[in-house]
Amino acid sequence: MTRRGFLAGTLGLLTVCPSNRLSAQSPDSLPGTGPSGKLWDPSRAGRPFDPVSAADNDAAIQAIEKQIHCTCGCNLDVYTCRTTDFTCGTSPAMHRRVVALAGQGKTAQQILDAFVQQNGVSILMAPPKRGFNLAGYFVPSLLIVAAGVILTLVLRRWSRAAQPAAPATFPAEVPASPHELERLRRELDQLSG
Amino acid sequence: MTVLGGLCLWLAFLLGVWGALAGFVGGWQGRRDLQESARHAVFAMCATLFVAVAALEWALFQHDFNVEYVAAYTSRNLPIFYTWSALYAGQKGSLLFWATVLSLFGSLAMLLTARRHRALLPYVAGVVCTVATFFVSVMLFGQANPFHRLAYTPLDGNGLNPQLQNPGMVFHPPMLYLGYISITIPFAFAIAALLSKRLDADWLVAIRKWTLLSWLFLSIGICLGMWWAYVELGWGGYWAWDPVENASLLPWLTMTAFLHSVMIQEKRGMLKKWNLALIIGSWLLSIFGTFITRSGVISSVHSFTQSNVGYFFLFFLIAAATASFAVYANRLPLLEAEARLESMVSREASFLFNNLLFVGIAFSVLWGTLFPILSELVQGTKVTVGPPFFNQVNIPLGLALLGLTGIGPLIAWRRASISNLQRQFAAPVTVGVFTALVLLVGGMRDGYALMAIALGGFVVATVVQEFARGARARHRQYGEGHAVALGRLLARNRRRYGGYIVHTGIVILFIAFAGMAFKTETEATLRPGESAILKSPYGWTYTFTHLGVSQYDALNRQVTAATLEIARNGKRLGVLTTEKRQHVDGFGRPTFQPSTEVGIRSDLREDLYVVLAGLVNGTEQAVFRFTINPLVWWVWYGGMIVALGGLIVMWPGGGSPAVKRTQAGYAVRLVGEQ
Repeated sequence: MTRRGFLAGTLGLLTVCPSNRLSAQSPDSLPGTGPSGKLWDPSRAGRPFDPVSAADNDAAIQAIEKQIHCTCGCNLDVYTCRTTDFTCGTSPAMHRRVVALAGQGKTAQQILDAFVQQNGVSILMAPPKRGFNLAGYFVPSLLIVAAGVILTLVLRRWSRAAQPAAPATFPAEVPASPHELERLRRELDQLSG
Repeated sequence: MTVLGGLCLWLAFLLGVWGALAGFVGGWQGRRDLQESARHAVFAMCATLFVAVAALEWALFQHDFNVEYVAAYTSRNLPIFYTWSALYAGQKGSLLFWATVLSLFGSLAMLLTARRHRALLPYVAGVVCTVATFFVSVMLFGQANPFHRLAYTPLDGNGLNPQLQNPGMVFHPPMLYLGYISITIPFAFAIAALLSKRLDADWLVAIRKWTLLSWLFLSIGICLGMWWAYVELGWGGYWAWDPVENASLLPWLTMTAFLHSVMIQEKRGMLKKWNLALIIGSWLLSIFGTFITRSGVISSVHSFTQSNVGYFFLFFLIAAATASFAVYANRLPLLEAEARLESMVSREASFLFNNLLFVGIAFSVLWGTLFPILSELVQGTKVTVGPPFFNQVNIPLGLALLGLTGIGPLIAWRRASISNLQRQFAAPVTVGVFTALVLLVGGMRDGYALMAIALGGFVVATVVQEFARGARARHRQYGEGHAVALGRLLARNRRRYGGYIVHTGIVILFIAFAGMAFKTETEATLRPGESAILKSPYGWTYTFTHLGVSQYDALNRQVTAATLEIARNGKRLGVLTTEKRQHVDGFGRPTFQPSTEVGIRSDLREDLYVVLAGLVNGTEQAVFRFTINPLVWWVWYGGMIVALGGLIVMWPGGGSPAVKRTQAGYAVRLVGEQ
C-alpha cells in the first residue's frame, strides 16, 4: 500500500467511525417539548425524581440522616443511600419522615428517638452509649491500654534484669589481625549468600 | 469441556487428599518416597485445577448457558473483558480461582525453595494440599460446583452485576485473592517449622519473603478496592467500614505487625512465639474474611457472594485454629528467646508498642465487625455498627500508630542514649510542630486532620533525615556524588530504605484521609442552561452548568448521559458527564436496575464528583449531587508509593553482609561492627 493510500484509508476510517457513533445516538429530547424537553425514553433513566427541596440540602437534616440506618438492606445511612442508590424507595421515604418530624419542631434527638421507638436501636448507625453497648465502644481501647501497661511493666522488668548482665553480652576483644577479620567476613558472606 | 472440568475437580480432590497424607506422613517418618510423592501431588493438583479453570473460561466464552454459573454471571453481549473476569465474579468461580492460585503458589514454593528448605517442604506440601482440598471439597460437596448444569438452556444469561462492570473489577478481586491466598504459604512454612521442630532462622527467611509478597498483593488489592468503590459505587467515598472491607484489613494489619516484629527476631532472636502466632493469626483471619464474605452472617454491600458455604468455612476455621494452636502450644518450649530486652528506650521496645497498636487496631476492627452478633447474643437486639463507631474507635489508634511510624526508626537498637535521642528527634519534632503551627495559623480547626498532617510532617522528616544521613555517610566514605550515594544507599539497603518509602506512602495516605474531613456537597435540580454553585475548601467557587441530557445505546447498555460545563472562579475548566445505565441482555431486555456512572474531574488538590441522581418527570430537568473531595488523588498516589516501597523491599539481592548474615541466622558480630 502506498503512503497516500494508507493516509486516505485512515482518513476514511476516522470519518466513518464518528458518523457511525452519531447514527447510533437517539434524539436527546423530543422537539417542541419546552426548555427542559421530554426524554426519548424516560424509563431508561430509572424512577422519576422530585426536584430538590431546601430540606434536602439542610445540614441539620443531613446530620440526622447520617445517624439513621437505611432499612433497605444496603448497610448505608439514610443520607448516603438516598444520594447514592437511586433505585431505593426506602431511603427517600425515611428522608421524608425526617423532614416531616423536623417540620413539627422536633429536635434531632427527638427525631432519632422516634425512629428508635418504631424500629428498635438497630435503626441507629452506631449503638447508643449505654448498657452492653458501652463494651462495644470501650473494650478495644481498654484492652489496648491494659496491654500497653502490662507491656511496659514487662519491658521494664526485662530491661532491669538485663542491665547487670549486659556487659557480659558484648563480645570480648578477639586477638585477630585485620587480615583474619577480613577473611572471616568474606567467608561469612559466602555462607549467607 | 465442562465434563472435563468436573472430572478435574474430582481428580484435584483425590490428588489433594493424597498430597496431604503423603506430605504429613512423609515428613513425620522421614520417608523420601512419600515426600517426593507429596511434592508431585502439589504440581499435579495445580495442573488439574488449571485445566478446570480453562474449562470454565471455555464455557464462559462459548456462552454455554446450560452451565448455571455461565447463565448467572454472563450474557451474550457482555464485553470480553468482563466475560473473562466472570470467572471470579460469583461464589463458585471464585472458589475454583482460589484453589487454583493456592496450588500454583504451593508449586512455586516447592520449585523456588526446593534446595534450601528441603526438610520443611513435605509439611508445606501437606498444608497446601489440605487447604486446597478444602476449597475443592466445598465446590464438590457444598453445592458450589461451577460446572453444574441446568435442566434447560436459557436463550441468554443474566449478565454481570453492573457494579462489577468496571475495569477495577478485573484487577481488584484477583489482587485481593492473591493476597489472601498467598498467606497460606507462610502459614504452611510456620506449621512445617513447628511440626518438624526446625525452629532455627531458616523458616524465618522463607516466611518473611512470602509474607511480604502476600502483604504487597493485599495492599494493592485493598487500594484497588478503594478506587473501585470510589469510582463505581457513587457515594463519594472510598472506605465505608463494610464487614468485607474490614475482613481484608484484618490480615493486612497483622501481617504488617509481623513484618516489623520479625526484624527483632532476626536481629536479636526474640519474639519467636509472637511472630509465629501472628502468622497463624493472619492466615486464620484470611479464612475468617472468606467466611464473613460468603456466609451473610453480617450484612454487607458484598452480598452478591453470599450462600450457605459460609458454614463450611466456619467449621474449617474452628478446626484449623484448634489444630494450629495445639501444635503451637506443644512447641512453645522450643521457642524461647535468645536475648532479653536491654532498655525501654530501644527500637525493640518501640516495635513492640507498634505491634501492640497494629494488633489492637485489628482487634478493634474485628470487635466492631462482630459486635452486632455479640449484641444479639447478649441483649437479644442486633445493633448496627457503622462508620461513626469505627471512626470514633480507630482514628485515635491510627494517629498513635502514625506517630510510632516516625518514632521507631529514630531509636537505636538495644539502647538509646539521651544524646542520641536529642540528635535523632530534634529536626523531625521541629518539622512536626512547625507544621501544626502553620495549620493552626492557617485556620485549620479539625483536630484529627491537624494531628494527622502534623504527625505526617514529623514522619516525613524522619524519612528525609534517614536518607540524608545515609547518603552523606556514603558521600564521605566512598566519595560518591550525592545523587549516586542516594541511589546506591537504596540499592544496597533495599529492605531498610524500601521500608522508609512504604512509611512515606502511609503518611501520604493518612494526609489524604484527613482531606476528607473537608469535603463539601450539595444537591441541585437543574434545567438545561441552569447552574449550581459550590464552594471548595480552598475557597474557590465552582459553577456547574447543565448542558443537556443525551440517550444512546452502547455495548450492553442503554445510556442516559447528562453533560455539565464546569468553571472555577468564572474560568471554564471543561465538561463532565455523568450517566444512568440500563444494562440489557443480548435481546435488549433489561437485566438489572439502572445504575449510576459518576462523573469525576480530578486534580492534585481536589476531585469534583458529580452524580446524576435522576430526572424530573421524564424531562431533561435533572437532579444532581455535587461533591468536592479534597486530596483524593493522594490516596491513589500513597497506595502506589506503598506498593513501590514493598517491591523495593522484596527485590532480590541487596542488603549489607551483616544483614545477610543475620537473615541466615548467624549470631556473629565482628569486633567493632555496629
